[in-house]
Amino acid sequence: MKVAWAGSREAFQVSDRMAKLVANDPVFEKFSKPILSRKELFKNTLRKAAYAWKLINDLHLNEEEAKWLRHYMDEPNYTDLQWEMFVPAIEGQGTEEQKRKWLPLAQTMQIIGTYAQTELGHGSNVRGLETTATFDRQTDEFVMHSPTLTSSKWWPGGMAKVATHAIVYARLMINGHFHGVHGFIVQLRSLDDHSPLPGITLGDIGMKFGHGGYNTMDNGVLRFDRVRIPRNQMLMRVSQVTKEGKFLHSDVPRQLVYGTMVSVRQTIVADASKALSRAVCIATRYSAVRRQFGSHNGGPETQVIDYKTQQSRLFPLLASAFAFRFVGEWLKSLYTDVKQRLEANDFSTLPEAHACTAGIKSLTTAATADGIEECRKLCGGHGYLISSGLPELFAFYVPACTYEGENVVMMLQVARFLVKTVSDLGNKQPVGTAAYLGRVAPLMQKCCVVQTAEDWLNPGVIVEAFEARAARMVISKVQQLGVFDNQEEGFAELSTDLVEASLAHCQLIVVSVFIQRLDQEIPGKGVKQTLKLLCYVYALFLLHKHQGDFLATGYLTPKQASLANEQLRTLYSKIRPNAIALVDSFNHTDHYLSSVLGRYDGNVYPKLYEAALKDPLNDSDIADGIYEYVRPILKQKLQFAKL
Amino acid sequence: MKVAWAGSREAFQLSDRMAKLVANDPAFEKFTRPMLGRKELLKNTLRKAAHGWKLIVDLRLTEEEAKWLRLFIDEPAYTDLHWGMFIPAIEGQGTEEQKNKWLPLAQKMQIIGCYAQTELGHGSNVQGLETTATFDPQTDEFIIDSPTLTSSKWWPGGLGKVSNHAVVYARLIVGGKFHGVHGFIVQLRSLDDHSPLPGVTVGDIGMKFGNGAYNTMDNGVLRFDHVRIPRNQMLMRVTQVTKEGKVVQSDVPRQLIYGTMVYVRQTIVADASKALSRAVCIATRYSAVRRQFGSRNGGPETQVIDYKTQQSRLFPLLASAYAFRFVGEWLKWLYMDVKQRLAVNDFSTLPEAHACTAGLKSLTTSVTADGIEECRKLCGGHGYLVSSGLPELFAVYIPACTYEGDNVVLLLQVARFLVKTVSELGYKKPVGTTAYMGRVASLMQNNCAVQTAEGWLNPGAVMEAFESRAARMAVRCGQRLAKYENPEEGFAELSADLVEASVAHCQLIIVSKFIEKLQQDIPGKGVKQTLEVLCYVYALFLLHKHQGDFLATGYVTPKQASLANDQLRTLYSKVRPNAIALVDSFNYTDHYLGSILGRYDGNVYPKLYEAAWKDPLNDSDIVDGFHEYVQPILKQKLRTSKL
Repeated sequence: MKVAWAGSREAFQVSDRMAKLVANDPVFEKFSKPILSRKELFKNTLRKAAYAWKLINDLHLNEEEAKWLRHYMDEPNYTDLQWEMFVPAIEGQGTEEQKRKWLPLAQTMQIIGTYAQTELGHGSNVRGLETTATFDRQTDEFVMHSPTLTSSKWWPGGMAKVATHAIVYARLMINGHFHGVHGFIVQLRSLDDHSPLPGITLGDIGMKFGHGGYNTMDNGVLRFDRVRIPRNQMLMRVSQVTKEGKFLHSDVPRQLVYGTMVSVRQTIVADASKALSRAVCIATRYSAVRRQFGSHNGGPETQVIDYKTQQSRLFPLLASAFAFRFVGEWLKSLYTDVKQRLEANDFSTLPEAHACTAGIKSLTTAATADGIEECRKLCGGHGYLISSGLPELFAFYVPACTYEGENVVMMLQVARFLVKTVSDLGNKQPVGTAAYLGRVAPLMQKCCVVQTAEDWLNPGVIVEAFEARAARMVISKVQQLGVFDNQEEGFAELSTDLVEASLAHCQLIVVSVFIQRLDQEIPGKGVKQTLKLLCYVYALFLLHKHQGDFLATGYLTPKQASLANEQLRTLYSKIRPNAIALVDSFNHTDHYLSSVLGRYDGNVYPKLYEAALKDPLNDSDIADGIYEYVRPILKQKLQFAKL
Repeated sequence: MKVAWAGSREAFQLSDRMAKLVANDPAFEKFTRPMLGRKELLKNTLRKAAHGWKLIVDLRLTEEEAKWLRLFIDEPAYTDLHWGMFIPAIEGQGTEEQKNKWLPLAQKMQIIGCYAQTELGHGSNVQGLETTATFDPQTDEFIIDSPTLTSSKWWPGGLGKVSNHAVVYARLIVGGKFHGVHGFIVQLRSLDDHSPLPGVTVGDIGMKFGNGAYNTMDNGVLRFDHVRIPRNQMLMRVTQVTKEGKVVQSDVPRQLIYGTMVYVRQTIVADASKALSRAVCIATRYSAVRRQFGSRNGGPETQVIDYKTQQSRLFPLLASAYAFRFVGEWLKWLYMDVKQRLAVNDFSTLPEAHACTAGLKSLTTSVTADGIEECRKLCGGHGYLVSSGLPELFAVYIPACTYEGDNVVLLLQVARFLVKTVSELGYKKPVGTTAYMGRVASLMQNNCAVQTAEGWLNPGAVMEAFESRAARMAVRCGQRLAKYENPEEGFAELSADLVEASVAHCQLIIVSKFIEKLQQDIPGKGVKQTLEVLCYVYALFLLHKHQGDFLATGYVTPKQASLANDQLRTLYSKVRPNAIALVDSFNYTDHYLGSILGRYDGNVYPKLYEAAWKDPLNDSDIVDGFHEYVQPILKQKLRTSKL
């Protein structure tokens, strides 16, 4: 199962090697993190990042290995932005000349960069950015400027204290005309003494959710007061500004940006399965350790994992972790396919691929954020302790619902794509994940044939149910839209319902990719059988959760929905004996989990006790402040006390 | 509307006065909280608690006023446990003699107490506690002991560093026999020098979720090594141990404890409406400030509150805050009623009242916890900043889902009660919130008569829909349970479905109390009309969310469900113009909200900007750690540097 989870034996070995490298190195110790103040926390992370870079160089790690190493270090820091945003932006949007100049500097970290897009007043709507880059023909320069408070760049990671450079997105102005939003390479700090350059104001935007969480990162604020940069620091692969101030488009297709988005979102989906699997691993292991109620004749109480109420919350999340893992894998291949097509100037699948990654990004991150919190609740009171690892995992994970495309905005993009696909059905055959909409006529007519709970254990039956639900919801929304004179008004009015249809479409994708995965060869004894159970759990759990959709569209009868729910209960009992093995196959080290509740050895209570005593409050029997603020109360002398 | 929210003009004035008293006193400043280390944080809270107590004494505040003052100080502290648990435990479970001895000491705070029930290995199942209290007739004492690691008391607030006494729950052992779990008053620390008494090990259990949140509280661990206390320190109102070692039941009915539970859970429901309304207030105000997309001809972008996707997530929470407020008010009345009945030995309504408060505690706290996080997401990226107030509100609120009855365990209690009620229908008329079960025959047959979207704007139609759904789900569970030979096995197997039936029942209660409230006189122009709109939003939102239940039970047709959803959209448009006024009527000070995004004056961006600069990382341009850990990377000298 470990190989199935990792994707291949090689992938397993790389990630296993890197996980152990980090876990066994005392420099990467994490448990003291919540006790550190912001400054100490930040300094500590800088140290770890430097050390990791040293390891990467000393051990000659390749790019893949370095990525895993940074991942297992498990602390957001400026290098994330350097490698995942700054370098890729230059690679994707820079000219050959620009790449030759900047990439070697960045790859050796002689410069450290960040990605400055969002502003204090502007997030999802990139067109609304206010920062300006005005071309000055006299000096052949751009003048970068923050005209308002709300135009302050706000949020970019690594920007406040570390980055020396940034890709800054700004409104290109030439001769008083606006020519769209473009990226510019701007130096922020001196390479000599690291102080901000003239005209540049830089700072940290303050504390974020959680103790550690993203507080190890210097998310920053940046303002420009007419800062000049040479013309050749605009990223000019797609659009150029000439010396004369002419604005030109190169023959590089603009659609390339979508290709990059597909790539970034694909990694976010992969990260979702990692984060969810961590939470599920902790909750599953602890549910086997924790006992409550059900003691017979003074014997031990029942392990909480044996309760159906626990299983019905935990096992769908376990199944989701696997579902997201496989859909992430599949997205990776989709991206490779898109890339190849783009190189051959074939844009035919791009809208579908774009909608598909946007929707799955939204679905998986939302389910993961909620799932982590659900796992925390499944750990009862002790889940509230930082030492459970779950509060910090939640605090660290939740921004994924907002960054790189806010989740609701993503679903609305999917909805637009679906509405368009349906309205084009007459003259355009839908492709890829929207292909089922080409069979809309039978999907509107057929009804579910299930007659027993066992009938639900059939991939064809399940896929048809999800297809029928999605198709019917999409069609019904399109019909409702038709009533409106103004399409945009209709879209705005019905947007909530459109989001529901998008969700149905995206769940169908995840379910069908899981099922397709099971059609492939999967090595390991019993692995395929176990994955099949998980696949059914995932699908039938969704069916039960959204039974309103399935019933309202008339594809299912209440009786059939109830049979699905019965089958689900049976499936939970089949998962139970495999649960621990399944979470062990994630191969997460104790260091990576950083959870006393999720320890591999199950030695929870003694270690919780041990961890508690390390809190600074336990440095002395009498806490700071008792003499000043409690004693006067007890001694009835508060009147005279200085507070 | 302010009066309607507060409950009465007097209630409004009182809470308003206390809110301003706290908000205007610089001693209660909150914004620096996230930057403090754990020790400073606790010390700061001890200072505030002392200052609060001084005010209470100096200003001769009444109990009610003192309660509001503590609420608005808005930092969990040992005084919560002292007043909320320690004193009520003695009042409720102590004999007259014990009350005469201990209450005066506690009320003047010559002693400070906490409530030590949960243990490292034991939470929900009180009968599973391991701490022992063994009677020693030789010395007329109890020996309190922690026989195992898992028997360590774990979690009690105020226990770690402040309390010098505790009510400790332990297994009473007399003559080698177990006589149930009882409460004992145990002194933990010296009243002279505050050091732990011999045989007592006490400490803090470590950091919890969030930056401030419950980290201002010294939740503690406590172990006893054969600690002796006089016999008269067992709380003996219900059960006594005589000098001779006889265990005697007094004529005080055991049901009294349920009365206390009803009381405590009633206050938790009231707190849920407060917490949810805070989050909703922040998200609503900020949604009116924030603009994104939709600019026409360079004009301002659209306020995000005008998007249906925002409204459909925000307004149901706004309606829920009001719904919980009114059901909380009603529970307060229910508690008074139960108390009066108990006083005359009338236990007839107790099971119903107990199930009802258990279920409402579960439902309102779950929705509030999720609702706070939803509000945070509704604030986009900036909701992730601690200065938005929402991360801390979430962190401080979520334990409510676990303490005083884990939410799933409570819904299972409701399920047991419902199943029992259904099975006894033949000969016992259901009362109170289950009275509708008496009409089960007609509820199983009647079908919804709604034919237009307007048809849903009818309290009778809404009520019958919720009654039918709840009744049908409960009856169906009863039928399925009957198929099992062993009812306990059946209950365990079907528990996840039983929980769903319990939720349906509890939602019905809230909807019906909201509707009942609207049948009363409500002063203020237009107030009743606005509340009516909110009531329909609440009910129809639930109907849409759970349409699977309504359709599966066959009471509503897909067409009718879709009409409800149409009506819901119309209602959102009606709520929109009143949204800001509705959150203003909560009458929260900026101090209490503790949120830049939720500022009353809407001056969000300048204040966010200002707050950012106060982060310790902004003390200097060059951050601590730069020279050690970043400079060597940039200068390509990492090899020779010391990390």
